[in-house]
Amino acid sequence: MPEPTGVIHDIGYQRYTGPRLGRRHVFGALYLHGLRTAFGLGRTAKAKIFPWLVVGIVTVTAAALTAVRTQIGQVLLTYAQFADAMSWLVIFFVAVVAPELVSRDLRSGVLPLYFSRPLPRGDYALAKLAALVTALWLLLGGPQLVMFLGAAFTTKTGMRGVWNELLDLLPGLLYAGLWAVVFASVGLLVASLTGKRAFAAGGIVAVFLMTTPIVGTLSIMPSRTVNELAGLASPSTLVQGVGAWALRDWLLTGEQSAGVSVGRFGPVYAAAALLLVAGSIVLLLARYRKVATR
Amino acid sequence: MTLIATESLTKTYGGRVTALADLTVAVEPGIIGLVGANGAGKSTLIKILLGLLAPTSGRVRVLGLDPTTDPAAVRARVGYMPEHDALPPDLSAAELVTHLARMSGLPRTVARERASEALRHVGLYEERYRPVGGYSTGMKQRVKLAQALVHDPDLLLLDEPTNGLDPAGRDAMLALVHRIGTEFGISVLVCSHLLGEVERICDTLVAIDGGRLLRADHIAAMTSATDVLAVEVSEGTDDLAARLAALDLPVRREGRLLLVPLADDGTYDLILGAVAELDLPLHRLDQRRHRVAELFATREPSNA
Repeated sequence: MPEPTGVIHDIGYQRYTGPRLGRRHVFGALYLHGLRTAFGLGRTAKAKIFPWLVVGIVTVTAAALTAVRTQIGQVLLTYAQFADAMSWLVIFFVAVVAPELVSRDLRSGVLPLYFSRPLPRGDYALAKLAALVTALWLLLGGPQLVMFLGAAFTTKTGMRGVWNELLDLLPGLLYAGLWAVVFASVGLLVASLTGKRAFAAGGIVAVFLMTTPIVGTLSIMPSRTVNELAGLASPSTLVQGVGAWALRDWLLTGEQSAGVSVGRFGPVYAAAALLLVAGSIVLLLARYRKVATR
Repeated sequence: MTLIATESLTKTYGGRVTALADLTVAVEPGIIGLVGANGAGKSTLIKILLGLLAPTSGRVRVLGLDPTTDPAAVRARVGYMPEHDALPPDLSAAELVTHLARMSGLPRTVARERASEALRHVGLYEERYRPVGGYSTGMKQRVKLAQALVHDPDLLLLDEPTNGLDPAGRDAMLALVHRIGTEFGISVLVCSHLLGEVERICDTLVAIDGGRLLRADHIAAMTSATDVLAVEVSEGTDDLAARLAALDLPVRREGRLLLVPLADDGTYDLILGAVAELDLPLHRLDQRRHRVAELFATREPSNA
């Protein structure tokens, strides 16, 4: 038997002289980490169940809609209407993912480990927000893409048909983006207030769902102005209101009238949505200026 | 180069609670022990050094940089181990330390390599792939130390690294800190409320109390000046004390013992001479290396 030739040397501690990446890269790394966390990637199997359940439901729905459309030749839901129809699932997705992104870090006390590194506090919050926005947009945009592909491959008018379909898809993706930005900024702000995930999830559902009865009550008041402004009271109807104003042609089809009639207050809805997002981000940043300083 | 320098550093919370009061101290690279009772202002000082808290007044420099104006530059070169639990239970140590290495700006592959290196240096091998939630307190402390070490800082700030550890765990952690300070070439500020612990490993000792500096000096300077001889005789202790006092030796009674500061070898001769002249039965005469704790214990009342 030959003598062992390999010897293990303890080379001791090695100093690091290689590159240290800047703020943009660190932000990117945290963003990607957040996006993976949102879908439970790199996490336990338990963390994957819910996100992928929701992804499965929306994708199957999109596939079913596409199948029906190719069979009976009728568009049941436009791309933008699809986003509206999925709003409940979006809310539940936010309620699960937003606490996963921020409440968990608050709970485990890991924030001092982040904030003792060069990364500014605001970057932490914004990277998490960007990750949630992207996750929501993918959640709605992915199935829209499925619908588009289904329609594009079965179109009877050749390239023109595909082009027309694409012109329908783009506003749909834009509308999905609006859903994503509004729901992510409000949801993340609520989740950042508590380290208990169950409380955070409950709070998010409450903010999004408990406000709908208010809209319902306001929309049956005798005043038409009140009716038309009623949608402002809840994030879901606010987004639908903006959609009804800006994407009228894509959202309102023939016999179906939209759930929200905004009358001439469309710009008010747009301004309110903008204010809601901006306000949520300002509060989120303020929250992270204070949190875990002691 | 001065490692850490503060000048009239003051921090008050809400204008009422004073955490640091007019603290001026400068320390050289090495292992620095920061001791003080709970609430003495140790954690506040560490957070100011990291730029996490802004001082109410006064100036501070870490590695020649000002953490109040350029916190990112300071934090890039400093590693911080917090006192409290700071680990998400469902991640493995390898994942967590790799992620935090990336947060310090290391490229992806380097982050993974250095994470396993750092975990190996603190003594975590195969268990690093298991979720942190199942770790013992000692292992968790090691993970916290590894994440502070992973980006190769020039200075480590360790807030109570031996907290919650059993005596064996304390010894292992202190040995590890000592190794980092001596073999790795990284300066360490280790903070503790247990003086006996840090004095074993550090070169410099900074003692604070109620946010004020008690003393900052090399540990050698503190202990050498305080070596004493303990004399015990079976009878005639009072006579011997009077005799030694007459010889201009500052004698102190401690129970059945007489404590005499050791100036040089001549002190031995004086004591032995006195014992022989009085013809007393000498029970014991030995040199006692004064613990720094006693130094403070005898100093504080006289200062107050």
